[in-house]
Amino acid sequence: MNKKGRLFLGVIMLMLVVLVLSSCGQDKRVVLNVYNWGDYIDESVIDTFEKKYNIRVNYDTFSTNEDMYVKIKSGGANYDVLFPSDYTIERMIKEDMLAKLDFNNIPNYKYIEERFKNLDYDPQNEYSVPYMWGTVGILYNKTMVDEPVTSWRILWDQKYNKQILMLDSQRDSIGVALKMLGYDMNTRNLEELEAAKEALIQQKPLVLAYVGDDVKDKMIAGEAALAVVWSGDAVNMKQESSDLEYALPREGSNLWFDAMVVPKTSKHKAEAEKFINFMCEPEIAFKNADYIDYSSPHREVKKMLDPALLNDPAAYPKEEDLVNYDIFKDLGDYLKVYDRIWTEVKAH
Amino acid sequence: MKRFLKKGYAALIYLFLYAPILILIVFSFNASKSRGTWAGFTFNWYLQLFKDRQIMKALSNTMIIAVLSAVIATVIGTAAAIGIHNMKRLKKTIVMNLTYIPVVNPDIVTGLSLMLLFVFSNFQLGFVSLLLAHITFNIPYVILSVMPKLKQLDKHLYEAALDLGATPFEAYRKVILPEIMPGVFTGLLLAFTLSVDDFVISFFTTGSGVSTLSIIIYSMARRGINPKINALSSLLFLTVLLLLIIVNLRMSGENKKKE
Amino acid sequence: MKRNWLSYPYLLWMLLFIFLPLLLVLFYSITVRTEEGISFTMEHFRRFLEPIYLRVLFRSVKLALISTLLCLLLGYPMAMILAGNHFKQKNIMVFLFVVPMWMNFLLRTYAWMTLLEKTGLINTFLSWLGLSPLNLLYTEEAVILGMVYNFLPFMVLPIYSVLSKIDKNLIEAAEDLGADGFTVFRKVIIPLSLPGVISGITMVFMPAVTTFVISRLLGGGQFTLIGNLIEQQFLLVGDWSFGSAISMVMMAVILLSIGVMSKYEKENEGGGLL
Repeated sequence: MNKKGRLFLGVIMLMLVVLVLSSCGQDKRVVLNVYNWGDYIDESVIDTFEKKYNIRVNYDTFSTNEDMYVKIKSGGANYDVLFPSDYTIERMIKEDMLAKLDFNNIPNYKYIEERFKNLDYDPQNEYSVPYMWGTVGILYNKTMVDEPVTSWRILWDQKYNKQILMLDSQRDSIGVALKMLGYDMNTRNLEELEAAKEALIQQKPLVLAYVGDDVKDKMIAGEAALAVVWSGDAVNMKQESSDLEYALPREGSNLWFDAMVVPKTSKHKAEAEKFINFMCEPEIAFKNADYIDYSSPHREVKKMLDPALLNDPAAYPKEEDLVNYDIFKDLGDYLKVYDRIWTEVKAH
Repeated sequence: MKRFLKKGYAALIYLFLYAPILILIVFSFNASKSRGTWAGFTFNWYLQLFKDRQIMKALSNTMIIAVLSAVIATVIGTAAAIGIHNMKRLKKTIVMNLTYIPVVNPDIVTGLSLMLLFVFSNFQLGFVSLLLAHITFNIPYVILSVMPKLKQLDKHLYEAALDLGATPFEAYRKVILPEIMPGVFTGLLLAFTLSVDDFVISFFTTGSGVSTLSIIIYSMARRGINPKINALSSLLFLTVLLLLIIVNLRMSGENKKKE
Repeated sequence: MKRNWLSYPYLLWMLLFIFLPLLLVLFYSITVRTEEGISFTMEHFRRFLEPIYLRVLFRSVKLALISTLLCLLLGYPMAMILAGNHFKQKNIMVFLFVVPMWMNFLLRTYAWMTLLEKTGLINTFLSWLGLSPLNLLYTEEAVILGMVYNFLPFMVLPIYSVLSKIDKNLIEAAEDLGADGFTVFRKVIIPLSLPGVISGITMVFMPAVTTFVISRLLGGGQFTLIGNLIEQQFLLVGDWSFGSAISMVMMAVILLSIGVMSKYEKENEGGGLL
């Protein structure tokens, strides 16, 4: 028994030594923590970056702006590059959470088209470098929906009971309901918001599920007839299954921009800027755009893309088609009302 | 007839328990991503699994945290059990009741309360916070495994050792510790498995891109069906099965020796 | 033998990582941060009393109770079979029953996702039979199924361990006194197995009422349980005060159910669960 005990202690000591050694022996490279949307990069690009700059990338993903924001705001997490959307960038700038970028370190910024610079969320363009942009619309399966899809109202049609997928994202889903009712997606009118809430609650029995990135898998497999999706995902899914088609409802929708930013808490700002610059290198930007199928704001990428894609209104809608398209704005304290409404819809 | 009924019922329950797992395993060899139909045999998903950086990193995180937290919890817990064992009755009851708090408390509350603590004290969420959380929920299980062995201990053993000239430290190391070793070992194993299996507490106390297997599986499952998860399932199932067989064989061997 | 100090590191640890965090939850649940600073309030608890949130609580308790009942109905006969001497390889039977329990529970839940889908195996089989596919995933039934599947062993094992300790002489004595099989079951076996049943009920009900994973993966965000509500408040909305208040309510529910259960439970020194 005694022997066994000693053996046991020995094994423990050995394990500890091995662990300590293995953790000490790890490389001394700078670690860059990158926090991006799920399925929003060609991961081979990260390897290329690591080799080129001798920086280790710790890559992590989030599924909505809101959960990313809470993670950063709570202060517990330490990230160096984030990929938030317009309204969240606006909010983070207001709350002094972002670092001003040194554009001398980001020469590739010159490739970004002018119309994507100095947008409302970052008027002087000091904090962000655009990554992708797109719209929100309806993806439908032509074998299950034979009528033309022109309006958000189809998502409230009894015919499609349990065949509708909604986004599990507060601003997007409330926005869809607001647009369906003919209101602005950034409304601060409580009556309009309550009406949107009622509409969403009324719709809930028809909804199969509130989804995130799993919408791709579900729609390609033919699990549902209709889904609210971001445009890039729609392009991607259309390539996977010819049964699928993307429609932009006539009531208008949401136009969004995702950009790369560096939080103030970052300890590796220079490396973060290197990363952002790297992401704007034409070949890299093309690789990403080609892999995730979202619309790129990059001038050179557009030249490399398949012309058919450039003419696809799902991928690159013409500016004149985007009337009634709202860009989400930060709502400040009024966000609490949106929070409450979404909580109540989900809890119902 | 009755016997037949019982066998049939047991078979149904086993089918209910095993069918989903076996189907996962079978479909991990399916060439197509679709799960309704069989499109031929492939090892492709296993290859992809081993090539996936995030999963491999998570696997090593899971193992390092499980070993470290189990060992540290076992050391603290065993010492605590000996200390508590020697306490006066009232004090002992109070401390033992406190020990039950994390066992009884819902995981989600333990997880978020630790998250609040880390954030409140400006402690970076990541590997260390994850490790601290795992140690925290492991200690009580170690204590609960060691306590029964201490109760079985002959009270005079320790005194006899002292009478024979051992120092108190020697008496503990050479007499008490070997006696309670089976309990300590059970505690260690239990702590290790609980740590590997935990999702909820890890989910709340991690950050900065540090993931465990459970966290990766959750985020993959939320992204839809992925044959890589199937491949991972069958490997984990095989590991669990092997480990349990080894542990059981060892235990039955020991029991036979005692008899 | 004064060796109390050996437990001091542990006591310090628990103070720091169990007691203090719980105090923080309490603190967040009864305070509100305004421009003037922090003040005490009951508004978060009052908010929870709104019908919409009470319904979430009611739904959680309802689903957990149904799952517990199903586990008991399915599990008790199974425990009896395992405890009886019907099989030569009894140890292997028990072993086989325990194995799936050691499998990561997310994987066990995920397995059902792939089975229940519209294009999943069950529906493929149904359409092969010429039947129309059913809506199985993302329903209340799917959530209950996930709970039963994950927690069934927690019901069977305690009952099994109590049943296998019952003195066979007692049963024989009852039979000698003229009791038939059913009477023996009703008057001897059931009362004697009660402690196992009670700890089984507690061990199924507790994780079922607090889960947020099963309802998320098998309910598709349609069925918000109290666990989902807490997760949402902490990780999506960032309203820690309301989240803490809901957590306090959840702890109260758990303590209450444990209190009720332990009233029935005979003196039983811990351990022996695994």
